[in-house]
Amino acid sequence: MKSVVPVLTVVAAIIGFWLLAVIPMNMHLVADQAQRDGLMVTPEAPADRQDVSGVGLALSNTHLIPLTYNFVRPRLPAPQQVAVELWETTVEKKITSKRSLVYHGWVTLAPTLLGFVIGTGLGILLAVGIVYSRVMDRSVMPWAIVSQTIPILALAPMVIVVLGSMGIQGLFPKSLIAAYLSFFPVVVGMVKGLRSPDGMQLDLLRTYHASNTQGFWKLRLPASTPYLFASLKIGISASLVGTIVAELPTGAKAGFGARMLVGDQYGQPLVSWAALIAAAITAAALVGLFSLIERATLKRMGMAAS
Amino acid sequence: MIWAVAAIVIWIFGWWLNVRLANSASSDNTLVKILVPAIFGITVLIVWELLVRGFEVNPVILPTPSAIFERLISEGPRLWADFQQTIIKGSMSGYLIGGLAAFGVAILADRSEFLTRGILPVGSFMAALPIVGTAPIFVKWLGSDWESKAAVVAVMVFFPILVNTVAGLRDTTTMQRDLMRTYGAGYWPTLLKLRLPSAMPFIFNGLKIGTTLALIGAIVAEFFGSPTVGMGFRISTSFGQLALDMVWAEIVIAALAGSAFYGIMTLIEKRVTFWHPSQR
Repeated sequence: MKSVVPVLTVVAAIIGFWLLAVIPMNMHLVADQAQRDGLMVTPEAPADRQDVSGVGLALSNTHLIPLTYNFVRPRLPAPQQVAVELWETTVEKKITSKRSLVYHGWVTLAPTLLGFVIGTGLGILLAVGIVYSRVMDRSVMPWAIVSQTIPILALAPMVIVVLGSMGIQGLFPKSLIAAYLSFFPVVVGMVKGLRSPDGMQLDLLRTYHASNTQGFWKLRLPASTPYLFASLKIGISASLVGTIVAELPTGAKAGFGARMLVGDQYGQPLVSWAALIAAAITAAALVGLFSLIERATLKRMGMAAS
Repeated sequence: MIWAVAAIVIWIFGWWLNVRLANSASSDNTLVKILVPAIFGITVLIVWELLVRGFEVNPVILPTPSAIFERLISEGPRLWADFQQTIIKGSMSGYLIGGLAAFGVAILADRSEFLTRGILPVGSFMAALPIVGTAPIFVKWLGSDWESKAAVVAVMVFFPILVNTVAGLRDTTTMQRDLMRTYGAGYWPTLLKLRLPSAMPFIFNGLKIGTTLALIGAIVAEFFGSPTVGMGFRISTSFGQLALDMVWAEIVIAALAGSAFYGIMTLIEKRVTFWHPSQR
């Protein structure tokens, strides 16, 4: 709790930096527009203005600075413009509307969650296999680790199009990407977790004459819970990023990724920025949700982290 | 049909070989440790080749490994040009800028306990965000050449490295700091001789997370605008021409580059943090 004030300070510093950056980023556009509207602008010739930096232009045209915060098509929108756009597209629009971010959010979230569940389930199964089978450990585990260094996310759009050309559309292709991205963090984390009981604890179970199955359910699985949650938090944000990237350049009609691209292509930067911030909020909410579940679970299991 | 049967037979043979090797007496031998995953990988490739040929899968959907390999050989110069544009110019410069900026901010913030407590949660929150979504915005701001890619990469790698560096700089015990004080060491000697070295395992953790992000950022950003060279550009245009073997060739290059980049970081880490328990 005592870190609330520092966190707020850092957030305020970021927003302050953003607010400052708005002026030079938009100054040239605003100056051009102001001249068309008949306002005084120094230097007067547009060609001369190209040679002046944004900061320099702002200093010689201080009366135009307020306009940079309310420009219609800014290069960098001001925070309050994004906030207004977010409010209008989430709260004031009907959920069924094509412009509602809640609708687009669900289009992105549904495949993310489906893929995440599939990826996590398969990941846990493979981890169990790796822990109990020496062959799988030796042959698959190195590839699982290497695969984490491969920029597979960059290929997400291609996978979508290939599956689309095979007639597979809708939820499934995006879920596949989300599943793939959450799969390996879970495998690597769970293998570590299932192996975390030390020799002493395993010996104790042996003195109890516990079978392998009992050892799994009563010792290995509970011991792996903290590792599982750490992987789940990595996996869910990776899944969300994967779904968004998959939507970006594939001509998807709905979803956060599609909104970002639409705003970019049709000269509506506010739409892009609102989608970007909404995606960030969604990611934060998902990770936050898992943190809460983690804390509650570990507390009940008597393993609450310090 | 015969192809499919051959694929199954080879799969079983490869698996049997691995079972024998992994359960044999010499299974902790370094050679066997490399051999087992290698056999697994080669088996997968052969089965892939056989199945694609056997079921006559359209090369537009999935090309054979041999076709991909052919492309790798015949398109060497072009792949090399793409590699330079995307990896050297885009990823590496962005990685350097982002890493140095994160390091600088971490050193500055570290002087204040207050800032550290604020930066850790905010930074790890930012690291989980879909920052790659800013790619279209950066391409619009900085043009389509490598500068915009470097900017995306810099922002993407900034937060993981920042959080890890800040966390690492806090990772000294009171005992160690007291020892430095008894030596009469000021801020700078303490930083250089105690706190930075002990932060190195954390810093390298951040740097290693950054390697994959750097490649992803540079390739994805090229989907939104690029000169007529670059891995992302090649992937999307070859895709448009239905030359999937070329797409896969680029994937192979990206995978090799990603693993090599990660491997180099691990090697440097081994040299720098030789004292750490995980390296001994």
